[in-house]
Amino acid sequence: MSIQQILPLVGQKTLNPADYRGDHLLVAQMVEPGSKVLDVGCGDGDLLQLLESRGVDGRGIELSREGVNRCVAKGLAVVQGDADTDLVNYPDDAFDYVILSQTLQATRQPRAVLENLLRIGRRAIVSFPNFGYWKMRLQLLVGGHMPRTDNLPATWYDTPNIHFCTIKDFVQLCDEINVKMERAVALDRYGRPLRLNAPWWFWNMFGEQGVFLLSRAGKNR
Amino acid sequence: MVNVQPIKGVQGQADERLRETDNPSSQVALFGPDQPLRLDCGVDLTPFQIAYQTYGTLNADRSNAILVCHALTGDQHAANVHPVTGKSGWWETLLGPGRALDTDRYFIICSNVIGGCMGSTGPSSTNPATGKPWGLDFPIITIPDMVRAQAMLIDRLGIDTLFSVVGGSMGGMQVLQWCVAYPKRVFSALPIACSTRHSAQNIAFHELGRQAVMADPDWRQGRYFDYGTHPHRGLGVARMAAHITYLSDAALHRKFGRRMQDRDLPTFSFDADFQVESYLRHQGSSFVERFDANSYLYLTRAMDYFDIAADHNGVLAQAFRGTGTRFCVVSFTSDWLFPTSESRATVHALNAGGARVSFAEIETDRGHDAFLLDVPEFLEIAHAFLQSAAAARGLPQAGN
Repeated sequence: MSIQQILPLVGQKTLNPADYRGDHLLVAQMVEPGSKVLDVGCGDGDLLQLLESRGVDGRGIELSREGVNRCVAKGLAVVQGDADTDLVNYPDDAFDYVILSQTLQATRQPRAVLENLLRIGRRAIVSFPNFGYWKMRLQLLVGGHMPRTDNLPATWYDTPNIHFCTIKDFVQLCDEINVKMERAVALDRYGRPLRLNAPWWFWNMFGEQGVFLLSRAGKNR
Repeated sequence: MVNVQPIKGVQGQADERLRETDNPSSQVALFGPDQPLRLDCGVDLTPFQIAYQTYGTLNADRSNAILVCHALTGDQHAANVHPVTGKSGWWETLLGPGRALDTDRYFIICSNVIGGCMGSTGPSSTNPATGKPWGLDFPIITIPDMVRAQAMLIDRLGIDTLFSVVGGSMGGMQVLQWCVAYPKRVFSALPIACSTRHSAQNIAFHELGRQAVMADPDWRQGRYFDYGTHPHRGLGVARMAAHITYLSDAALHRKFGRRMQDRDLPTFSFDADFQVESYLRHQGSSFVERFDANSYLYLTRAMDYFDIAADHNGVLAQAFRGTGTRFCVVSFTSDWLFPTSESRATVHALNAGGARVSFAEIETDRGHDAFLLDVPEFLEIAHAFLQSAAAARGLPQAGN
């Protein structure tokens, strides 16, 4: 599927890929039109708006009051809530997809959150910054300080990101909790996908973030 | 001798109010013996009437109607000069041309609740059997009863589906009840600062208010109209206590602090030395002339009995299962009467029931009353929610 195909289907003024974040376009591509989606940690609702423009029935959870209010002001169905504490209130199989975009590393219980995503949704789409990215490694190895990048500019003492992981770590967790990886993509620092046939170590070194389409293993759903 | 000033009503308004009870200066829908109102207490109320105001114009396919539900001491005069007090409407922040409840775009209906005292049948209305006010012979009413009566009004107006039902506090309870009782007749719902059940603390405050009314000798076992009295003092105290619950510590501090009223030193009496005392007394005395004491008893009772989950095997989510209504739930950070936790419980149940729901908590120090005030973030969200619902409903923009 090309970038143009991922872009809004109907009634949109602009069809410029530059208006959308690379990982959002990739996530939108993974979601089948017409499905029911929950975006956990939906921020200002940019991804939800992109999805809804493609005929997706979208809902959101956002921690920050300002983010929620901006989403509601855009007409999105977003509630104020916390991924760590509020996912338990959703029934099983409530959504076709549950999306956790750039939020996993900020949760207190990433494993429990991941398990909840795949309880609520038949599929989960998870994206996160890869702490194994070569620039991260280099800063720690050579600079001797906690890494900071353009996309993760916070210092160690004021970052909301308390559970960083590498792509390798994440794959291992998925294996441990019996989650099936349907698709995995590593994106470079500009949000462009790395080449597909690269080995895991290459992605873990050169991917700035990982995007995973997950489903429950051992069940035909 | 210590100076004591009991609550007194504003002179001259009582007659106006009594006139509004049976012959209101609003539109009135009369329901005769062929259309009784089935009450939860088992009584058929008949005949009865509903007084209502409308704003804006109903469109050709009758798809742009919004029902506004008023709070405990509100009435149908949401956006017009009040016939008794002469004050402007209680929701003009939200209701008017170009506002969230846009009278250029929607047809807005606001009716006095059953049990009220501004023209819909209530305890101060004339009991046709005796020719005197009902008083305590009036049957106990509930929030579902109020909504059942509203649905009969909406039928009478020839409207099948309401584009939206909107209200705060007791009005919000009616909104939620509408969505449970008539899910297919409500396209969108905006329940504000409310709950699906009245909390123990809120029942306690209501009981305090009722006991204050009943302790006033002028109440006369609810038959004050026979004696030409009205329990001003009791109802005034009830209003003062309730009014405190509508505000917040921070708002009271900001507004009054410990400042004195027209004096620099304490008078060493029980006079209203503090501005906050003077303010509360004013709230009490301006309330008692425009509101009927027995209505206050009945309406507080209706709120106390409200518990949606109890009517659905104790499972709130069951009440909303499969609903197609679009919800926007709003709470305020400093509201301790209907705190955010109550709204959050409603949202959880709506989510569990698969509803399309937005939930915004608005930061303000103005307490429960914030929904009646000019709180820009709230007004903006209400506006945006209704706009997006209108787009989904296919309603044309105003002026088209």
